[in-house]
Amino acid sequence: MNYKQKVGCNIENLKGVRDFIRNALKDHGVPDLQISELVLALDEMCSNLMIHSHQCNPDELFEIHIILKKGDPIIFEIIDDGNTFDINQFAEPDLGNLVHEKRKGGLGIRLVKSIMDKIEYQNRSGKNVCRLTKKIQYD
Amino acid sequence: MIHIKRLQEDGVDIIALIGEIDASSSIELDLAIAKSVGEGFSKILVDCNSLEYISSAGLGVFMSYIEEFKDQNIKMVLFGMNENVANTFEILGLNELLKIGKDKAQAKSMVNEL
Repeated sequence: MNYKQKVGCNIENLKGVRDFIRNALKDHGVPDLQISELVLALDEMCSNLMIHSHQCNPDELFEIHIILKKGDPIIFEIIDDGNTFDINQFAEPDLGNLVHEKRKGGLGIRLVKSIMDKIEYQNRSGKNVCRLTKKIQYD
Repeated sequence: MIHIKRLQEDGVDIIALIGEIDASSSIELDLAIAKSVGEGFSKILVDCNSLEYISSAGLGVFMSYIEEFKDQNIKMVLFGMNENVANTFEILGLNELLKIGKDKAQAKSMVNEL
């Protein structure tokens, strides 16, 4: 089963992103705790994209695709025209430094990397595609 | 959307978080904690019983106070987290950096012991 959703770059839309992910995953035997983690990871990716690539311009849109096939890893794709920010290239400061510098950022990327198995970027017909993969122990 | 209520018991300021904290609402959490500190409270409890969701924006707010609270001898204990919210703190190991109690009674004794 595939799911698609268009999202405008306004952080007020993050709630809608979370609802979309949760509703798509809830009837497919994905354990609750994993659903919560995936909702969190997608929230983090989308809020980064809205804030850093689109400066929260609500008229700029990107698309989320979910590719779900029982027994296979779940694939999330975030498809966008904006500048790619490859989080694999982001060197995370250690937690101790974050505390010391009183920085409020840097945690989201760390969460996404902890939750997802694979984070890949590709260019598909002029669009940037960020593909996140997660293996699931289906109920 | 987050709704924040504050109440005081025995000199302890209790900040109750109701709803969801994400990038659009984490500023509310920051303001509530800053207000409590500004009013001179040195014992702060954060009631998470009705906190349904927290993203890194909210985690970052708690992290950003750790050092300041250590310097100023302000104690903060979070309590009442549901399983999903607790898991979010645990993924990054923030449960090791912050004080987290099971319920209000435990959090109160923790804030008084610290």
